[in-house]
Amino acid sequence: MASTTTTTEVQRGETPTGRAHGAGLQYREARAGYLFVLPFLVVFVAMLVVPLVYSGYLSFFRVQLIGGNAFVGFDNYVRAVQDNTFIAGVLRMVQFLVIQVPIMLGFALLFALVLDSGRLRLKRFVRLSIFVPYAVPGVIAALMWGYLYGRNFGPFAQFARDLGTTAPNFLSRDLMLYSIMNIVTWSFVGYNMIIMFAALRAIPSEVYEAARVDGAGEIRVAWSIKIPAIRPALLLTTIFSVIGTFQLFNEPSILATIAPNVIGIGYTPNLYAYNIAFIGREVNYAAALAFLLGFVIMIVSYVVQLGALRKERAS
Amino acid sequence: MTTTKVPSTTEARPVARRRRRGAQAKPSWILTIGLLAAVAYFLLPLWWLVVASTKSNADLFSSFGLWFADEVNIGDNLRDVFTRQGGIYLTWARNTILYAGTAAIGAAALATAAGYAFAKLRFRGSNALFAFVLGAIMIPLTALAIPTYLLFAKVGLTDTPWAVILPSLVSPFGVYLMRVYAESAVPDTLLEAARVDGAGEFRIFVQIVLRLLAPGFITVLLFALVATWNNYFLPLIMLNSPEWYPLTVGLAQWQATSQAGAGSQALFSMVITGSLVSIIPLVVAFLFLQRYWQSGLTTGGVKQ
Repeated sequence: MASTTTTTEVQRGETPTGRAHGAGLQYREARAGYLFVLPFLVVFVAMLVVPLVYSGYLSFFRVQLIGGNAFVGFDNYVRAVQDNTFIAGVLRMVQFLVIQVPIMLGFALLFALVLDSGRLRLKRFVRLSIFVPYAVPGVIAALMWGYLYGRNFGPFAQFARDLGTTAPNFLSRDLMLYSIMNIVTWSFVGYNMIIMFAALRAIPSEVYEAARVDGAGEIRVAWSIKIPAIRPALLLTTIFSVIGTFQLFNEPSILATIAPNVIGIGYTPNLYAYNIAFIGREVNYAAALAFLLGFVIMIVSYVVQLGALRKERAS
Repeated sequence: MTTTKVPSTTEARPVARRRRRGAQAKPSWILTIGLLAAVAYFLLPLWWLVVASTKSNADLFSSFGLWFADEVNIGDNLRDVFTRQGGIYLTWARNTILYAGTAAIGAAALATAAGYAFAKLRFRGSNALFAFVLGAIMIPLTALAIPTYLLFAKVGLTDTPWAVILPSLVSPFGVYLMRVYAESAVPDTLLEAARVDGAGEFRIFVQIVLRLLAPGFITVLLFALVATWNNYFLPLIMLNSPEWYPLTVGLAQWQATSQAGAGSQALFSMVITGSLVSIIPLVVAFLFLQRYWQSGLTTGGVKQ
């Protein structure tokens, strides 16, 4: 993200700074700049910065039986890093991240490359069909898949019954995480595919016309030219996926009503923070959990960016 | 950087390229069949939803899921959906439209003004301010929901539409998209000429810039609309009264009731039909506004 600012500075440097510009005009332009940014900034500060600061403040207190709120320093954080439920939730999301994100992004990239190769019939239909699940709210997707997975009238169970066997229990302790991965993959492959496809379209075709003339095949062109060229889009989708994974809430909270014994209060960190705040009524501890979770997300995103940067330097 | 060609990447360029490419790339049936298998994976669940919404509760259990039952029950299901609990589904639908519509227009307007200023107006600290806003993309929004709820509870905003709309007005990603878009869509020379003619900055923005930024505005609007329409966590936390629920929260509650087995079993077909009805508007919007979401994603994907 930091590269954006530097690009702009370069671009600004290129624009003629010495254009006829009275001091009055300059002042008026700056004033307008502040005025145009102001409405957004007011809402931004009120809805983002203030809650964030307030959350940080809350996380350092605890409600005592006697004497109301008491400052407890880092106690809530110490409790959080020793809280097995929270740790298990975070580790479950790490497992989710390691398995689901590569599958989702891999398929998205594959589809984008095939669409871009121009070797497909029904291109428009394919592109739209893969994208359409994005328009389905996560809650509805989870509801629908919950029925599909179900043993009563789910098609999988029906198929298996016709064949004289039983379908695996998708909502069991062993398979639940994979079932959720499937829902998320179904919802977001298309979204990621469109980002990658758009980036592929923006590569000037001269770049690989030359390679083709030299006899490089489609796969070779994809691997050596196209994929490196869309690295920024790949990084963007990876980071969005990391953020999305750690915030997982809708799917498990819907499936919890179907399989309450499998999805406990701390199945995902976000679900845990929600339950602590609204059912356990421990807002201070919930604030600390939310803060810690934000911290984990920032670290993982940073590691992803660093890894991408290193790769870029190496190549 | 290719960013300066945001509008053209989706419209003019592919046409020119397709012609050149078409000469050598022959459509492959193997690839087509492979991708059609993938399409089946993405469409079959939705097909199931359509089929299931035509069935009575009994037929859901007794007939094969991916094909219609003998009896078509969609009329009864729809009547159930729209009359249950005094027609509360329509109230939820109205709330969803109200929240998503207001939040999307507001978010797009704020992002447009701010994005334009960051791209085209020179003022001290603009780069630092923009970096600050951009950093917020990383903040997990759900982590903010709990403190926001507590703050809103203090000022009595919880369980009102504002509790859902106000937090949804902030779209740092929207500001980012608009800035990238404005950089290429608004020529500097045009602004200079207007200034030389003595037009004030506000008049320039309203009479010249807004028209140029319209496609970007619609893109941000569409994404903010989807984000709010699909939001579940925020309204779940903020709202207590069923008459303020959006569709996501309402349907989730119907589903929880049907799973708990309370009331009649007829809820299954009602939840299914209600889910189908709730996704139709967005699916239609995406079909008709393809140009906009595709160009928006181009902007986001190319520049980083």
